[in-house]
Amino acid sequence: MKILVCVKQVPDMESKFKLDKENKWFSEEDLAFRMNEYDEYAVEQVVQLKEQIGDVEVVVISLGPDRTKEAIKKALAMGCDRAIHIKDDDYYKKDSYSVAKNIYEYVKDENFDIVFTGLQSQDRGSAQVGVLLSEFLDYPCVTTIIEFEYDNGEIQVKRELEGGEKAVVKVKPPVVLTCQLGLNTPRYPTLPNIMKAKKKEIKMVEPVDTENLLTFTDIDYPEKKGAAEILEGDVKELVDKTIEILKQKTSVLK
Amino acid sequence: MKLLLIAEYKNKKFLESNYELIAFADKLNADYVMFGVGDESDLPKCEGKFYLADSEKAGEYNPSLHKKLIAEVMEKEKADFIVLPHTSYGWDLAPRLSAELTLPQVSEVVDVSDNNFILPACNGKLWRKVSLDGKGIITIQGGAFNPESNYEGTPEVVNLEVPSVESKVRFEGYEKAEAVGVDLTKAEIIVSAGRGVGKKENVENVKKLAEALGGELGASRPVVDSEWVEHSHQVGTTGQTVAPKLYIACGISGAIQHLAGMKKSDFILAVNTDKDAPIAEVADVLVVADVNQFAPALAEKLK
Repeated sequence: MKILVCVKQVPDMESKFKLDKENKWFSEEDLAFRMNEYDEYAVEQVVQLKEQIGDVEVVVISLGPDRTKEAIKKALAMGCDRAIHIKDDDYYKKDSYSVAKNIYEYVKDENFDIVFTGLQSQDRGSAQVGVLLSEFLDYPCVTTIIEFEYDNGEIQVKRELEGGEKAVVKVKPPVVLTCQLGLNTPRYPTLPNIMKAKKKEIKMVEPVDTENLLTFTDIDYPEKKGAAEILEGDVKELVDKTIEILKQKTSVLK
Repeated sequence: MKLLLIAEYKNKKFLESNYELIAFADKLNADYVMFGVGDESDLPKCEGKFYLADSEKAGEYNPSLHKKLIAEVMEKEKADFIVLPHTSYGWDLAPRLSAELTLPQVSEVVDVSDNNFILPACNGKLWRKVSLDGKGIITIQGGAFNPESNYEGTPEVVNLEVPSVESKVRFEGYEKAEAVGVDLTKAEIIVSAGRGVGKKENVENVKKLAEALGGELGASRPVVDSEWVEHSHQVGTTGQTVAPKLYIACGISGAIQHLAGMKKSDFILAVNTDKDAPIAEVADVLVVADVNQFAPALAEKLK
């Protein structure tokens, strides 16, 4: 069996974001990057499946600038076998359609049985790339999976719907699955596995020429609408002020 | 401008949240027609055409079938934009339409201004803008466009033939949410823990504050995914939607999905070390402090 897992490297969401010079995207200066959280669940599920059935080759693919190789190395250290890195400094100018087309071009001849992706990226949150890739590959696709089981050629997954409800779905490979947070517990790579991963192949390729369907105009900070009253000071003062405010403004503290 | 609004039905019921699609159309001053795979016994209150595929024949959600039916309606209506809710239904279906019709998709629109759609990036810390010219597919963020309460009218139903479309994905049934341990929707006070508490043991600080106030413990998604708190306490689009008299967000930065589940609370107090966290957008008061120092001190004082 051959499995593909698509990952993206994103900034740590706890960061303070600044705009880049052209106001097109965030400035990468001073940001720490990590693997997109949704993709960590995807990689973990692939590795667990490999451990379950044995004879599996797992390929990880990622599109992004040079720094993206750190996320790729992590996926390799978690247990993927080889990697394709579409090196692209202009990644943020591409719309989801272009990103999916790029991935498609590099995987279409590999005949993957299962493709795992994260449900969405934490920075863009479009939730499109996995589904678009399935359409280009002409594979069925199940999104937002929160449980995964593989038994004798058949896959049973649960899709997470709203309010804690789930839909139970069965499907046979080939298929694309997009992973929701909480699907499993992603492992930390061990030191021996990090060392082993250094010997694994990372194939560097150029992005293919694709046309965007979307026109991004610019990026900005959100409009401040609510504007909360900000309380600062030492903890004791803050506690007193808070109690005073709660007494005045709510009916729950008497 | 003309919109094709894709209404979501579940178990033959028209979801109330679909009215947000109409609110979006109204915001754009656009004409609209609707589409739904549902039941004639439950139609929205609105004017205009409603393309209806009978869910008795269509069954529950089959992406290939919905895609085919919507493409057929687009052929007739030639709408400028197809609009879906940004939910497990909408984000599943929209990219399939984008590929089928080769139309751009704009995900998770939260506002419209100056001929641009606005979509959040990086957990709502940035707003990306996309030009509104041309045609495309849009998913709208729940809670971003507020429906009026007095929609009226009866749509003109256009029945669609339901073709047989083979699906490689077999729907086996719905699984109800686990028996809810706590019904947060009835709580007057909720004190919620977010990732900012740091580690599992620290949830105790938040829990004790909830107890001191006579309230319930809530939680954000990351805390539930890390198994620090049980899912039945989760607030947000994939948990419970709440509106208590007092909501205290402890170490919750305010992901859009969380905000959608609590922003209608009467009074919101946020405790966060980052005063620019998106939670400040909905909070009445933001206390800049480490929750693990502030929460125990407040709980102690309340005794």
